[in-house]
Amino acid sequence: MSSLPVQRFHISRRRFLHAAGAAGAAGLLTSTSQIARAAGVTIGIVYVGPRDDFGWNQAHAVAIKALKGVAGVKAVEEENVPETDACAKSMESMVNLDGADIILGTSFGYFSPFMVDLAKKYPKVQFRHAAPLWDATKHPKNLGSYFGYLNQGHYVDGIAAGLSTKSNKLGFVAAKPIASVLSNINSFMLGARKTNPNAVVQVIFTGDWSMPVREAEAVNALVDAGCDVITCHVDGPKVVVETAEKRGVKTCGHNASQAPLAPKGFITGAEYKWETIYKGYAEKLAKGEALPNMVAGGYDTDMVQNTPFGAGATEEARKAATAAIADLKAKKPIYVGPLKDNKGKLVIDKSYDNYDPYLDQMDYLLEGVVGSIT
Amino acid sequence: MTEATFDATAVSPSNARRDFIVRLRSSAEYIAIPVFALVVSALLFSLFLAAIGKSPVEFFELVWRGGFGTAFSVQNTLQRAAPLILTALAVAIPARIGLITIGGEGALVLGGFASAAIAIPMLDRVPPLPTLLIMAMAGALVGGAWVGLAGALRHYRGVNETISSLLLTYIGIAIMNFFVEGALRDLTNPNKPSTKPLGDAYMIGKIPGTDVHWGLAAGIIIAILLHILMTRTTFGFAARITGGNARAALAQGLPVGRLIVTCTAIAGACAGLAGFFEVAAIQGRANASLAAGYGFTGILVSFLARHNPVAIIFVAIMFGGIVASGGLIQRRMDLPDATVLVLQGLTFVVLLVSETLYGRFAIFKAATTSDRT
Repeated sequence: MSSLPVQRFHISRRRFLHAAGAAGAAGLLTSTSQIARAAGVTIGIVYVGPRDDFGWNQAHAVAIKALKGVAGVKAVEEENVPETDACAKSMESMVNLDGADIILGTSFGYFSPFMVDLAKKYPKVQFRHAAPLWDATKHPKNLGSYFGYLNQGHYVDGIAAGLSTKSNKLGFVAAKPIASVLSNINSFMLGARKTNPNAVVQVIFTGDWSMPVREAEAVNALVDAGCDVITCHVDGPKVVVETAEKRGVKTCGHNASQAPLAPKGFITGAEYKWETIYKGYAEKLAKGEALPNMVAGGYDTDMVQNTPFGAGATEEARKAATAAIADLKAKKPIYVGPLKDNKGKLVIDKSYDNYDPYLDQMDYLLEGVVGSIT
Repeated sequence: MTEATFDATAVSPSNARRDFIVRLRSSAEYIAIPVFALVVSALLFSLFLAAIGKSPVEFFELVWRGGFGTAFSVQNTLQRAAPLILTALAVAIPARIGLITIGGEGALVLGGFASAAIAIPMLDRVPPLPTLLIMAMAGALVGGAWVGLAGALRHYRGVNETISSLLLTYIGIAIMNFFVEGALRDLTNPNKPSTKPLGDAYMIGKIPGTDVHWGLAAGIIIAILLHILMTRTTFGFAARITGGNARAALAQGLPVGRLIVTCTAIAGACAGLAGFFEVAAIQGRANASLAAGYGFTGILVSFLARHNPVAIIFVAIMFGGIVASGGLIQRRMDLPDATVLVLQGLTFVVLLVSETLYGRFAIFKAATTSDRT
């Protein structure tokens, strides 16, 4: 159902983040139109799948639930909205019938043409979309993007996974070979090689965001091939994590906390921290301040996090992962060249900042990853 | 309605008045029973709501407000109805010839994909109008071939058309994904595999003064044309005879195979056109978003309309209203999205049960026997 293209984000803890840095983060351009409504802020959010999908949608819903507890903030939600004009109508309905001040679209396909057109039609309403698509030269100023660099979480997963494997083979179940997925796989591998130079990441693409049967088959195939740590980038990691646990191997999560699904083998997992961003929006709207058009970040701006360590994490892995998190908070780069892709071509020639746009165009698997994107 | 008009007595002018009454009474049956079924399902659904502690009154008020109550709501409803008319026709036409095909989704996806693909070499070389016409034809042809294949398999190889059309849907979606993620992928869009965008100049606009695209008008016109085809032409007559009894039709020397393939091809063409409108009026490109489930909702609409093309127009609008209000219901009543599905499912079951009521009420019968085929 959910064909959510970009990365699946997660949220996890319900606890609140005060990080006001949120909004400020990488947000450079600010919108000119201001909204100053006296009585509170109404946030409308649209999900492509069910709110309890154990993945992407749930991650957003958890953040919204936390926001609902804040005085003066009202949130209206709609789930299972497909990426067609139905999403435009749902959003418009929130504006017209609920008086929403800001609309959050959480599925990749909502952006163009739907949110772009709506932003032009309703210049006094703010629209924000969860993928890095907003372009100052092309798009309205009351529209914007927010997202997190989840590959930083996968890098930390890799650090811990490298120290958790005995066979030196790590398995990655991935949906589609698009840039955000490839970056997660490559970052996971780089993390693993950092702590275990002999580690190899074997990847299987299932072809779509939600293919539970194929995901289970992929896990079995990877375990049969000798992998003893499994992670994934699919819509709902539930099947992957549960199957791996049943096979007695360790797991790293993705999107939301899967720790309860793998009481024995769970190490840690990459999660988004949407509360940071949403709370930032709500605060600025309440004060009548302009919202940034672009909010993006990672560990250094409190927009991604790792699931608390599970029983599968050794003391050594915990220490290394904690240190890696500190490094990321200090903006230490993940992609340090020269690095070749797994066909031998030099693709990373130097050290790239974690937010370098060059990395967003990734269309290769690095050396150390076994698998093919074609 | 339609069947009765073909009562043999209808041909004689002297019987015209009596025939009119026959027709009126039997038409009343086709309206009264579905309305009754709708009321029953609304009552059942109210029980369901009461059982989970929600107010049925509030629910139906919100359905009205979200679907029909404001100018915005009406446009919202019409927009959601637009693709459903065409995908429901994709079920209704084969149903008249006795086939249950449920492959509209696949024909929609492939038709949409074909129209987007054929446009790629024409963009900026051929003016928009001919391009759009060719796109529409491509969508209809490919969609028609897809469901027509299920019809041909049925007639010539004895393959169950319900199963084959459903399975062809999955194959169709896979074919689209294969091209959209491979040969025809627009590489400037690294994160959502799509074909090259058409660009604003090549998009079909909205119906002037509204927020609704031309697919709605096309759907209504095609529904009326198909109604005429099925009720006022020898082709439609032959098709309905075949639907009544295929063996008898064969014995009469009717070209049953050709009729079946033609009807299924028309069905596929309707769904393919729906795909074309999704691409040319909404998405601007072909990608996985085409498989939004309109083909499957169309099955429900067609059954509710008892496979009558004109009734489909109204049922699709009613359905669009329910779907349009679904969001408001989620937001105001704090109900999950599945609530509207419960209502749809209940309605569907009750309507199917109500099929058994036809012909049981004397009030709908005239002095002369009106033979419902």
